[in-house]
Amino acid sequence: MQEKEVICVIGPSGSGKSTFLRCLNLLEEVTGGEVVINGHDITDPKRKININKVRQEVGMVFQHFNLFPHKTVLENITLGPIKIRATDKAEAGRLAIELLDKVGLKEKANSYPGELSGGQKQRVAIARALAMNPKIMLFDEPTSALDPEMVGDVLEVMKQLAKEGMTMVVVTHEMGFAREVGDRVIFMDGGYIVEENEPNELFGNPQHERTKAFLSKVL
Amino acid sequence: MDIIVAALPLLLKGLQVTLYIFVIAIILGFLIGLVVALLRLAPIKILNWIAKVYVDAIRGTPFIVQLFFIYFGVNSLNLISLDSTTAGIITVAINAGAYFAEIIRAGIQSIDKGQTEAARSIGFTGTQTMRYVVLPQAFRRMLPTITNQSIISLKDTSLLSVIGIADLTQQGQIQASATFEAFKIWLAVGVIYFIIIYLLTLIANFIERRVQVR
Repeated sequence: MQEKEVICVIGPSGSGKSTFLRCLNLLEEVTGGEVVINGHDITDPKRKININKVRQEVGMVFQHFNLFPHKTVLENITLGPIKIRATDKAEAGRLAIELLDKVGLKEKANSYPGELSGGQKQRVAIARALAMNPKIMLFDEPTSALDPEMVGDVLEVMKQLAKEGMTMVVVTHEMGFAREVGDRVIFMDGGYIVEENEPNELFGNPQHERTKAFLSKVL
Repeated sequence: MDIIVAALPLLLKGLQVTLYIFVIAIILGFLIGLVVALLRLAPIKILNWIAKVYVDAIRGTPFIVQLFFIYFGVNSLNLISLDSTTAGIITVAINAGAYFAEIIRAGIQSIDKGQTEAARSIGFTGTQTMRYVVLPQAFRRMLPTITNQSIISLKDTSLLSVIGIADLTQQGQIQASATFEAFKIWLAVGVIYFIIIYLLTLIANFIERRVQVR
């Protein structure tokens, strides 16, 4: 994967998309193969890789948001920078407001996650991940738990990120997004990568029977 | 009425002893509970086992037996010499500790796994995740059960009178036999316990409202 590249991962439920994504920051135990970041294999047990350091550089957005309900929106975003990066509180707060502005939720800084809609929560979750200034962002079906009306706002923020040159891996059921924003699309089934290509090729001219069957059902 | 008024100073002196023992024991008990709960959840088998044996041993034996074991049993070994107050505090603390351990363990386990994953994905270590994300949420959930156990422990301190601690119950006993007015004295003792526990409940309710997750 190249810097600034956006890879979208599609496929039926249970095909291993999320597991694959979670292996990239070792939230899932890797039982075989290797994950190489900047030339370092983070799964190599012989090299003492500090996984916490790696994860600081890898932002992740979850299907169910996983915001911290006991903290305000602002605190959700500043917790990482303050406790891990030792950023001072005022500076972290300023950065958080900037990020909230970017996702269109500046006025919600002092709300609690419980007071937000799903789409708003997910945008806060994106801001929280961005606050650590990650080199890459992983999205695990970020719009699957949202009301249809909310999906657009979240996708818009993600498109903006892609445009700004963020390196992203997006597991999604939003074919339109994959086609429009993805530089490469991976189709997975049964735990394996079945097909991988540029979006126009993969959607317009799928090579494998399984890919064809899947696309004919979802498009 | 004048009987109660006359007995009141001594009963209140007893109450002081009761509260002194309760406060120290409940704080110690809570710390024991927290450590034991974390041992219970640690990814090391032998630690889980030690924690489980402790909890089972305490839950499976009566308070009064634990008290006699520590005060008479341990003292009879002549290795250390525990005065009755120390033995009382230790007994209440290790007794409450076992129950707190279970409360805290259940509280921690009730927090959604996604919370831990989100914290770890930001780059928090396991310890930081516990401290900033899991425990603060778990404690809010545990508060009603913690209050409940604290009240039980407060009432358990009345059993300490049998090893000669001059707590509220012991003072009641002394006053009842000195005045031959058992009905009034024990009623007064009961009312004092009730008031203290009621105040404790009010404080707990107040804290609960303050920290409620919106």
